Amino acid sequence: MAAMAAMAAMAAMAANDNESERNLMDSVKPKGKCGAEAAPRPGPARLDVAQVRERLQAKKGPEFWRSLDELAATPEFEELLHREFPRHASEWTDGVSRRRFLQLASASLALAGLTGCTKQPNEPIIPYVRQPEQIIPGKPLYFATALTLGGYALGVLAESHEGRPTKIEGNPGHPASLGATDLFSQASLLTLYDPARSQTILHTGRPGTWGGFVGEMSARLRAVQALGGGLRILTGNVTSPTLTAQIQDLLRATPGARWHRWEPAGHHQSFAASVRAFGRPLETRYDFSKAKVIVNLGSDVLCEGPAGVRYARDFSEGRRVRANRPEMSRVYTVESVPSNLSTVSDHRLQLPPAQVEGFTLALAQALGAAPAGGPALTDPNIQKWIQAVVQDLQANRGASLVVADEYASPAAQVLVHAINQALGNAGNAIYYLEPLEADPVDHVRSMAELVRDMNAGQVELLLMLDGVNPVYTAPADLDFAQALQKVPLRVHHGLYEDETSEYCHWHIPAAHELESWGDARSFDGTVTLIQPLIDPLYGGKTSHEVLGALSNQPDATAYDLVRQFWSTRLPGLTAGLARAAQDTTGSGGITTTLGMGGFSGTTGGSWGPAPGAAGSNGSGSAGGDMASGAGNPPGTGGTIDTNSASATGTGTGAAGAASAATASGTAGAAGDAFEAAWRQALHAGQIPATAARRTTAAVAGGAAQQAAGEIAAALSRSRPGQITLLLRPDPTIWDGRFASNGWLQELPKPISKITWDNALMVSPKTAERLKVTFHDVVEVSAGGRKIESAVWVLPGMAEDTAVLTLGYGRKRAGSGTGQGFNAYPLRTTRSLWTVPGVQVRSLDKRYTLACTQNHHVVQGHEVDEDELANREAQRRHVVHTGTLEQFRRNPEFVREEREAPPPDLDMYPPYRYDGHAWGMAIDLNVCTGCNACVVACQSENNIPVVGKDQVLAGREMHWLRVDRYFYGDLDAPQIHNQPLPCMHCEHAPCEVVCPVAATVHSDEGLNDMVYNRCVGTRYCSNNCPYKVRRFNFLRYSDKETPVLELINNPDVTVRMRGVMEKCSYCVQRIEEAKIESKVEQKPIPPNWLQTACQQACPTRAIVFGDQNGREWEVRRWKEDPLNYGLLEELNTRPRTTYLAKLRNPNPLLEPAAEGAEHGHA
Amino acid sequence: MATLENGGLPAPLEKPYRPPIVAPGHTTASVTDKISEVVLQRTPKWWFFGFAASFSLLMVFLVSVTWLFVKGVGIWGVNWPIGWGFAIICFVWWIGIGHAGTLISAILLLLRQEWRTSINRFAEAMTLFAVACAGLYPVLHLGRPWLFYWLLPYPNTMNLWPQFRSPLIWDVFAVSTYATVSALFWYVGLVPDLATLRDRSSNRLAKVIYGFGAMGWRGSAAHWHNYETAYLLLAGLATPLVLSVHTVVSFDFAIGIVPGWHATIFPPYFVAGAIYAGFAMVLTLAIPLRHLFKLEDFITTRHLQNMGKVMLATGMIVVYGYMTELFFAWYSGNVYEMFMAWNRIFGPYRFHWYTLILCNAVVPQLLWLRRIRTSPLWLFAISMVVSVGMWLERFIIVITSLHRDFLPGSWGMYHGTIWDWGTFIGTIGLFLTLFFLFIRFLPTISIFEMRTIVPGSHGGEYTEVPR
Repeated sequence: MAAMAAMAAMAAMAANDNESERNLMDSVKPKGKCGAEAAPRPGPARLDVAQVRERLQAKKGPEFWRSLDELAATPEFEELLHREFPRHASEWTDGVSRRRFLQLASASLALAGLTGCTKQPNEPIIPYVRQPEQIIPGKPLYFATALTLGGYALGVLAESHEGRPTKIEGNPGHPASLGATDLFSQASLLTLYDPARSQTILHTGRPGTWGGFVGEMSARLRAVQALGGGLRILTGNVTSPTLTAQIQDLLRATPGARWHRWEPAGHHQSFAASVRAFGRPLETRYDFSKAKVIVNLGSDVLCEGPAGVRYARDFSEGRRVRANRPEMSRVYTVESVPSNLSTVSDHRLQLPPAQVEGFTLALAQALGAAPAGGPALTDPNIQKWIQAVVQDLQANRGASLVVADEYASPAAQVLVHAINQALGNAGNAIYYLEPLEADPVDHVRSMAELVRDMNAGQVELLLMLDGVNPVYTAPADLDFAQALQKVPLRVHHGLYEDETSEYCHWHIPAAHELESWGDARSFDGTVTLIQPLIDPLYGGKTSHEVLGALSNQPDATAYDLVRQFWSTRLPGLTAGLARAAQDTTGSGGITTTLGMGGFSGTTGGSWGPAPGAAGSNGSGSAGGDMASGAGNPPGTGGTIDTNSASATGTGTGAAGAASAATASGTAGAAGDAFEAAWRQALHAGQIPATAARRTTAAVAGGAAQQAAGEIAAALSRSRPGQITLLLRPDPTIWDGRFASNGWLQELPKPISKITWDNALMVSPKTAERLKVTFHDVVEVSAGGRKIESAVWVLPGMAEDTAVLTLGYGRKRAGSGTGQGFNAYPLRTTRSLWTVPGVQVRSLDKRYTLACTQNHHVVQGHEVDEDELANREAQRRHVVHTGTLEQFRRNPEFVREEREAPPPDLDMYPPYRYDGHAWGMAIDLNVCTGCNACVVACQSENNIPVVGKDQVLAGREMHWLRVDRYFYGDLDAPQIHNQPLPCMHCEHAPCEVVCPVAATVHSDEGLNDMVYNRCVGTRYCSNNCPYKVRRFNFLRYSDKETPVLELINNPDVTVRMRGVMEKCSYCVQRIEEAKIESKVEQKPIPPNWLQTACQQACPTRAIVFGDQNGREWEVRRWKEDPLNYGLLEELNTRPRTTYLAKLRNPNPLLEPAAEGAEHGHA
Repeated sequence: MATLENGGLPAPLEKPYRPPIVAPGHTTASVTDKISEVVLQRTPKWWFFGFAASFSLLMVFLVSVTWLFVKGVGIWGVNWPIGWGFAIICFVWWIGIGHAGTLISAILLLLRQEWRTSINRFAEAMTLFAVACAGLYPVLHLGRPWLFYWLLPYPNTMNLWPQFRSPLIWDVFAVSTYATVSALFWYVGLVPDLATLRDRSSNRLAKVIYGFGAMGWRGSAAHWHNYETAYLLLAGLATPLVLSVHTVVSFDFAIGIVPGWHATIFPPYFVAGAIYAGFAMVLTLAIPLRHLFKLEDFITTRHLQNMGKVMLATGMIVVYGYMTELFFAWYSGNVYEMFMAWNRIFGPYRFHWYTLILCNAVVPQLLWLRRIRTSPLWLFAISMVVSVGMWLERFIIVITSLHRDFLPGSWGMYHGTIWDWGTFIGTIGLFLTLFFLFIRFLPTISIFEMRTIVPGSHGGEYTEVPR
């Protein structure tokens, strides 16, 4: 570039060579001026004084004059005025002089250099002439909305910077969230911006128009109606009242039309079980806060399902041990696949699936919930377990909980219902809700019927809504794709062009939930409103709008439709508004408020932002209102209106604001009431008093007996050595819908720590027996169907068991295309989660999987460090563990084991922290390893996705990782999670070795990273004993894809290649708080500030704050005797510390004397 | 020796016999002719082949470095947790090789070891080129190499200085000082010979160029006086540098807290290793050189044997270093140190470690045998083995210490990529290219110094009894 520019300059120079010579010659004239001035020109015009006088008198010239020349308007003066720097300026008009050449040459060099480095956008930028209401550049707004998974809503607050959503936080007022989030909702932000999303309406593969679609639909629909049937709608699990009403309206209007549903990872077996047990489908819900003894039979309800976030929170409250509260619940886990819940269990028993069910049966029999008899589990260890568990459960009748949930067979779940009923737990720790779907159906049967009808040619028009992807996800025995081709008109609506859209005549891009209006029920039935943060980026349509197109409302917006639905219903609910709001917000027991917006959160509005300023941090006060609960219930302050106005006004842009205005303008008195209620509901993100009522149900007589018989039969059929394949939704990409989401793909899966792929997990012994190992590709076949998959050997798996997660092996899924192995071909209507008796055959092929911990592939050779690493972790006291009994006997036992050097052992003078001293503590006792914190950190801090090859090279960029350790026997290990952010050491080894002072200590104890100063020697990373630093080996930040620029948090630098980065304790949030504190002239209220990981954590395992502040929770945690620093003996003085992990073992299973040995197991 | 001739009386004071350092029969004139002829003759054919080969390797370097600048250090095998890889290994390796030249020139000069005379010139050249290769690496391995100057203390508007607690800053000073002094030392030593070449070359251009280099040297007594003073002073300056440079380089590791780096044995162990590697490289270069240029008369078997002895001695010190490291690990009782030692011997890089022991500790024991010490072929082979061994030693220190440090959750593995090898082989190309240019255009052996050791030049100073 530089060379080209220079050459151009040279060429110009050459062309003008003669001319410039001539000029030079000319310049040698008596005037002695520069060559430029020397061009021949007429002599100076004579100043005619008389003429000047005349002009002055005529007053035609300016009234003030500077010289006679001006008055005379001589050509010289004109020229003087014309040129600012007359002599130099005129040089530009000449040929190339020496001076000119140098200028050109240097300018071209400089320009070439500039263009070589950065790209300046060509588009003109326009500042706000009048600032939009409520938008202050740099100040985010927060909107209450919801994100759904499997139809169930999680209430969230979406952070918006100048109209673009940048972060998802939990809604503290929402019962499913209580302020926390899961990894899916965190990552859905990336799905919103995903450039791989479908961006145009497709008609037979070519770009189509909405008008064309509406036209064809109405024509076809009339034809279908004339034929008397043939319209079919296929959706996932739908809890949205509006959508349900729309569909039902359409069904009514179209005789013979039917609504089918297919949620791949929905509640199939749990509904089947409840039908068997209670005679009708019921939603089973747990209240972990009421359970002192929990027996988990293979479920993973803490990190999955509609209520995972809430369950995790309730569960953690029962496990939080402190010096003043030395109590915790006791958790037994009997399972075939290690789960997140088992990492926080006190006892873990791994059994093959059939034996887990056998265990359930034995438990039911021992508790009198099932008739005795049948084959017994003879293993003495299992016998001992059953005895101990039964004793414990009976001692805690009414305060215990046996959980089986979806993955257990319906028979086993029936027994579990019976057990809970026998123990008096029903209505306490376990309760039942009427289905949240308006019209609950058995999804499997519904699909089967659809396929039957399609094959029979009875389906004229199939409408597949909201990303449902049956060609990929439908049970394999239905052969959906084959049947689909018999439908004359197939319409697909979804975020992505996928396997199903390929077969469809029409593909309508869906709007993301952050672009849509809508509603959905959360796990307890609370209707949660979905409001858009941004206009559809890719012109997507919501399901409401697609259905509207089929029901004579082609131009209705989703906003109109949702509002219209609630306009008749909402006023009836408003009476209960304040009460319900208090109910839902007060029950959470929130002590930590939102770390955003104004300080009003904790102070109950006493000195919060004035109403006029509320817009600036509108949802800050929104969060504050809800967080402060009863102290400032929604609906009392003037801030409410401002906030909800901001929701409608800025959220949807001008159109939304206009429609809101017209709506409120035309409505009458009833309309006003609705308007107020509507705004309040939007503000809170939920419609009050919509939670489903708990229902009572009794297990039908004979159901348990029949179930017992089934299990006994299955148990006697099972043979050792016969492999049972378990299918599960993937812990990061779920049923495949997040396959294109880089954050989730790169997120190390809990326990296995694999990224970007799934794999067939088997236990070390089973792998040995099958003669397979890591990365081997095997063929798994069952009932004539077969798939291929790579193998991963996972300690903690039961023998004769293999597990493969769903969601991979996608043929069309944006950036996730082709990753991993498709498990759906083995999933049939009869074996949704469990495929017994599969054959596993090694294929003598290899497929390299990328794992982030203790497993590496180096030039084709694999290095499996698991065993060694875990032995060393134990020797090094990485995770301090103990038992509750030990803690009760000697609360100081962790402190006594610590090896921290004396505080004065330092070469350098100590730092003084007179102001704040930021610190973090992590409670290992409640960390389930769910990964929500990791994604939250990635989202907050603009952490790039590096791709599988870079993960294989060992270069993942997560600032916060969750280390996993297996302790004890590799065939039956205990599993521990350890989240690892930067330790912000007071004696930071990284700081002293940086040659350019790019990592320095702040006066508040932060170990700051100065990206601009970093030259990238990487010595800091080498010298960091915790290895929390991450290096941009290549240019990982995507600065080329324009849409991905929108996702970045503007408060955090996007790092370039060649610089080191690491956890900053969300320093941008600290600074924001300090600025706020300065503006308000008040100290930062205790616990006001939260890091992203802390805020996302469903179990509140992470606490951050000012160690110097007396009221801050972090200080209390740090003073707790369980507190310890990682690798303290190195004298690094970590600011991040851990609370030791305690177990509460049953003395029957583990005599106390043995427990004492677990000092630092 | 022949002492009984005196009938049992004590022998007259007589130096013990040593093999000559110049073959018999040479006069000052023949020495000058022989050495300057190498430069002034027509270029031999093998030189073109050798130069072409080296130059192609240099091109490999250019390609590797260009790609490196385009993409970033991610093209190498470095990763998390192994932040340093080939670049630092090769840096230390080259810097170590660069030690022999100055040691031979300065320390042996001060110790009046005349045998150094015939090898010091090219050993110094080798030092310079090795340091040039070494000096490239710390810049290349930066994430943002274009900002390397931030490591220098220069006045800037931000009032920012380098961080002087960091050993990498000490490195900058140590290596740049060493490079400067070595270059000066080499050049000062060249001046009289450049004058000789100026006077003897028939080509006008050569005369001018050598004349510039000779800086008006006429060989007057005043010139010689100044020269001797300057040379001695520089030797005095260079001597502590030999010790300090590698000491400081060893601090790059020893200051860190990584088990396997954080050891007090590092400075002496590194210096010994450097001399070991340096002498191995001198031998690797000297043996083919004396053969190709027929300089066996000047680089005699005695030289080779002496260098073999130095290698043996320093090699033993290095082995002592290895033993001390293991002993420390055991004696400390520190879990991290003990694991580090265990991991080196039994971990995934054990074969590197075994090879290292074979190359650096076992094979050089052959040098105890006089027959091997005096055999150019054997010496050449052993030197190559030692060079490989010393490279592996740095690999072991850098990689095995980093790949499994404190937290088992953050362990990793490392292997060099094609670009790592390209850069390494490329610097060998750079080194050889420079060396080929050197042997073609400058006297490989110091002419005037050789003249001083030709028998008779010092009035009977060398009165060894011929055998």
